[in-house]
Amino acid sequence: MDVIVDNADKFWVGMQTTLTLTAASALVAIVLGVLLAAFRVSPVPSLRIPAAGFVNLMQNLPLTVLFFLVVFGAPKVDIRGTSYWTRAVIALGLYTAGFVCEVVRSGINTVSPGQAEAARAIGLGFTQNLRLIILPQALRSVVGPMASTLIALVKNTSVAVGFAVLELTSVVNQLNETGDAVPGLFGVALCYLILILAMSWAFEVLERKVAFRRWAPSCSTSRDRPASSGTPP
Amino acid sequence: MKRTRSTTLLALLAALLLIAAACGKSDSEGITTTTGGGGASGSGGKQTAELPTYDIQAAAGLTGKPKELADAGKVTIGVKADQPNLGYQDPDTNEYSGFDIEIAEMIAADLGIGVDGITFKQIPSKNRETALMNGEIDYYVGTYTINDERKEQVSFVGPYFVAGQDLLVLSDNEDIKGPGDLAGKNVCSATGSTPIERIKTEYTDAKTTEFDVYSKCVDALIDGEVDAVTTDDAILAGYAAEEPDQLKVVGETFSEEPYGIGLAKDDTDLQDFIATALQNHEDNGDYEKAYDATLGLSGTKMPTIPQITDGTPAT
Repeated sequence: MDVIVDNADKFWVGMQTTLTLTAASALVAIVLGVLLAAFRVSPVPSLRIPAAGFVNLMQNLPLTVLFFLVVFGAPKVDIRGTSYWTRAVIALGLYTAGFVCEVVRSGINTVSPGQAEAARAIGLGFTQNLRLIILPQALRSVVGPMASTLIALVKNTSVAVGFAVLELTSVVNQLNETGDAVPGLFGVALCYLILILAMSWAFEVLERKVAFRRWAPSCSTSRDRPASSGTPP
Repeated sequence: MKRTRSTTLLALLAALLLIAAACGKSDSEGITTTTGGGGASGSGGKQTAELPTYDIQAAAGLTGKPKELADAGKVTIGVKADQPNLGYQDPDTNEYSGFDIEIAEMIAADLGIGVDGITFKQIPSKNRETALMNGEIDYYVGTYTINDERKEQVSFVGPYFVAGQDLLVLSDNEDIKGPGDLAGKNVCSATGSTPIERIKTEYTDAKTTEFDVYSKCVDALIDGEVDAVTTDDAILAGYAAEEPDQLKVVGETFSEEPYGIGLAKDDTDLQDFIATALQNHEDNGDYEKAYDATLGLSGTKMPTIPQITDGTPAT
């Protein structure tokens, strides 16, 4: 315990880096993920196929490998001027976007096809349909799985310690010279626990806030993706 | 339709195989380059300094831990595996080589244990104390600086070599001639290591970048992402020897790092045994031969052997 109290400043600095890293990459991941999900259900094959390819790539690539590619690959193709922090955000953002996309897409699949059909009947185009009718319902129903994805992101930020970003886990490396690695690890675990508990609580509140009642079950039992997808409008 | 699909599948498979083949090729090329560098500094180089062989004979009158080890005929030694010429594992053959490995072997020889009975275990810097305290390894030889903080957790024998903190830069770099020229430069080292802490406290106007291993720092240096890599000169010399056209060691040491052999705290039997063994091999010329065949290949002359201050060699 003394070790944690004595090095509170180090833990605090590390925690801040972890927080900013999480926030920035969560933003990238959510924006990109929702966009990818929209691409994946869109009727345009030239959007659908690359999006599916990208998502599959991100879900099959180990995060460390992606980090290597982004951090050490960038200077090799002469992309310079980005800090290691930025590159970590890019790697984490791209990686998590793949998972966010699948979460959002599963949310889209929960919206009954009747909704999309009705929207099209009143003259909404694909984008309007998605933005006004489907996504608001889809996103509300995936707060739980989205929370799991973002919690996984918090833990994934620890990979950045091997790539010159001194986030929370690096405190262990710093304490290790003084031989306090083991209590340091407990401290780090405790910090992650606090972070993640706070996050789950926030998401629970959010889930309750945005919950909606599904009116009149649709006559169709199909849980397939909305009818709008696949067929041209 | 069916035929098209199987054709597509076949094409995909072929493409995958091609990629795999390409990977394999570039991989083996990568390894060849490494062994090429290592080879030049190994026995195949133009200087034909041969690795010494040691008399494998258990010393008389062993007690305690050394006797246990000698009776078992097996010893587990913690080493590093990523430092060319010091502690290095060849990715092709899985064999260990380097100066620290030689030191480890000459001590084992005095336990009557030859290469067959030695298990080398790669222990990264941050796990050294834990590995020794848990008895995971019997002793540790791997650029292990003796200091008082560490002595609270483990015991040492040595020093057997005195290194110093230095800087590794690109060969065409004329700006950095010593630690005084680091203002505004980006210096890279391993997270939490003594060298990076020294830069942070004593050369505050330098920027720092920290990776978990030195090899990533060297990569970043070659890519032009950082201006210098700092750690002990012996380690840097090993990297410089791998890429002699691109890298050079500045040669201006600004610290003293006495390397010791780490062992479990207060195991005086083992400590005195290792001290005796080390002293014997220093006196009979094995040490010098080992140096010439490893670190000596980088062109540096053997420094004077430091007096053993930790552990008491029997006289």
